[in-house]
Amino acid sequence: MDNAATLAPSPADSGTDYTLSGELDLAAASQLWPQARLLPDTTRIDARGVNRCDGAGAALLFDLARRGVHISGLDPALQHLIDALEPDKPLAGALPPSKQPLITRLGQWAQEWIADLTEQITFIGAASSALAGLVRRPRDLRWRDFLTQCELTGANALPIVALISFLIGVILSFQSALPLRQFGAEIFVANLLGLSLIREMGPLITAILLAGRTGAAFAAEIGTMKVNEEINALVTFGFDPIRFLVLPRLLAGLLMAPLLTVCAEVIGLAAGALVLEGFGIPFRTFVHQVTSFTDLHDLLGGLFKAAIFGLEVAAIGCLRGLSTGAGASAVGSSTTRAVVQTLVILVVTDGVLAVIYYQLGI
Amino acid sequence: MSAPLIRVDHLRCGYGERIVLDEVSFEVSAGEVLALLGGSGCGKSTLMKHMIGLYEPMAGSVEIGGDDLASASGDLRERILRRFGVMYQSGALFGSMSVLDNVRLPLESFSDLDAAAIELVARLKLRLVGLEDFAGFLPSELSGGMQKRAAIARAMALDPAILFLDEPSAGLDPVTSAGLDALIRRLAQSQGMTIVVVTHELTSINAIADRAVMLDREAKGIIAIGTPAELARNEDIRVQRFFLREADTP
Ligand SMILES: Nc1ncnc2c1ncn2[C@@H]1O[C@H](COP(=O)(O)OP(=O)(O)OP(=O)(O)O)[C@@H](O)[C@H]1O
Ligand SMILES: [Mg+2]
Repeated sequence: MDNAATLAPSPADSGTDYTLSGELDLAAASQLWPQARLLPDTTRIDARGVNRCDGAGAALLFDLARRGVHISGLDPALQHLIDALEPDKPLAGALPPSKQPLITRLGQWAQEWIADLTEQITFIGAASSALAGLVRRPRDLRWRDFLTQCELTGANALPIVALISFLIGVILSFQSALPLRQFGAEIFVANLLGLSLIREMGPLITAILLAGRTGAAFAAEIGTMKVNEEINALVTFGFDPIRFLVLPRLLAGLLMAPLLTVCAEVIGLAAGALVLEGFGIPFRTFVHQVTSFTDLHDLLGGLFKAAIFGLEVAAIGCLRGLSTGAGASAVGSSTTRAVVQTLVILVVTDGVLAVIYYQLGI
Repeated sequence: MSAPLIRVDHLRCGYGERIVLDEVSFEVSAGEVLALLGGSGCGKSTLMKHMIGLYEPMAGSVEIGGDDLASASGDLRERILRRFGVMYQSGALFGSMSVLDNVRLPLESFSDLDAAAIELVARLKLRLVGLEDFAGFLPSELSGGMQKRAAIARAMALDPAILFLDEPSAGLDPVTSAGLDALIRRLAQSQGMTIVVVTHELTSINAIADRAVMLDREAKGIIAIGTPAELARNEDIRVQRFFLREADTP
């Protein structure tokens, strides 16, 4: 800067202590501020030489003036800038500390947890009654939305589901075939793969992918609608958000998860067959081994589980979306919470279903 | 007046294939307050976004202080952009930060002020727009008009050479709106800031603008340019309607 402001002691007989002159802009103000802070409150400053001043410069003069430093000779137009800042009015106090004591935070956390739980239970109730109402009046469903959601949730997820289940099929069969070969028992890889894919891995892989892909999308989409007051607009028009937004997604999750699971299983098994081909086991033997070792119960049990998983993914995604707070960051945290909560619920459900299946002897 | 600070030269802009404005040419001198006028959807925000280099022109150019904005890159582009302060029509505050932090952010990143000085400067900006008491609030906890004012405070944070304001007074009461007009006037007069402001308020135009550019959706360009008084005397029926607040259908 050619003419950056300077603060220098005044000549002895001038009647002021310091002389401020030059262009008092942001850069100059940041240079001068530390020096200005050290001046005693009774300092008198001659500011006749200041020929330009911007907001930061005015803030510096404000900082001096509120301490009682006497500033004289400022150009009227610039004085106008300082006056607009009202140096006589004290600045509002500092912000309250954002960090609460541990005990308070613990309490808040517990309160939130309980509120979350209540919210989930209420939502499950509302969604179930809406689903049940659908049986009586199928026309209540917005079929076009439902089909769109089926496409987004099901068809569009196929590539990633195929890729991951192929990978799992290859890894499982290859890693188990290597040690089993030492006993000449590679053939049992087919049993292992068939059973684990159909009963457990197929539904679980699909559900985890759906949680990351679809559940997160539901939470983000509905959350953004909430933030933009679109949900309020729906309610004002008399639409029930559960019926309008949630039902099509719930049904899509319920139906598409088992379909995707079937695809995952077929592709995973095909990958296994391919690996075993390399170990010298023909395709027909593989198929025979799988079909004789697993039965319809295994398949149906797995698909029922997948349907429950799909419902949970969709429900939690929608719920987190609907309970989004305000602002863009709220959408982010809703999405994160949707995925994490879904994964936890999936694990719990899987455990509960395992016990039930065991008791039923499936 | 001095050499033009902003020069818009035969600018054609739009989205995809669609042309919104064509053959737009005008200049803004340093220290001038220029108002962009025109009906809703005529391309005021679009023109502003081209003037700040957010979009590349389909044809023509925008020059800032003699440098072509679209072809500037690296350091030069950064230097040009650093001279801008922008308030978007929607406010575009950062939702995860408090109002004070929104104003503080550019100061922390692009100035050499120490923390205490930054705090003071940011609070004074908020005082200027009347939001001093809301420093700790999140943008989502403010009303629509308050968000606008907070966005103006953020745009002014670094005392930019050129301030772009997209409808600063839309949604504000007459008193607050007049306060903003006074602020804009003061920034231009005392600080020598160049200000480009999109507005619909007739009183604002008369109070703050040195010159005004009037755009039209059908004409896809400028239909009038001049001081507010000249525009008010303009013979063009479209300009007349604007100043007489008439609907274009009887
Ligand atoms: N992101 C976008 N993509 C495509 N077209 C757009 C986009 N933004 C604006 N447009 C189109 O450009 C035209 C001008 O829009 P612009 O936002 O510039 O209007 P405006 O003059 O600012 O109106 P208002 O006073 O209502 O804010 C409109 O016809 C709009 O449809
Ligand atoms: Mg606009």
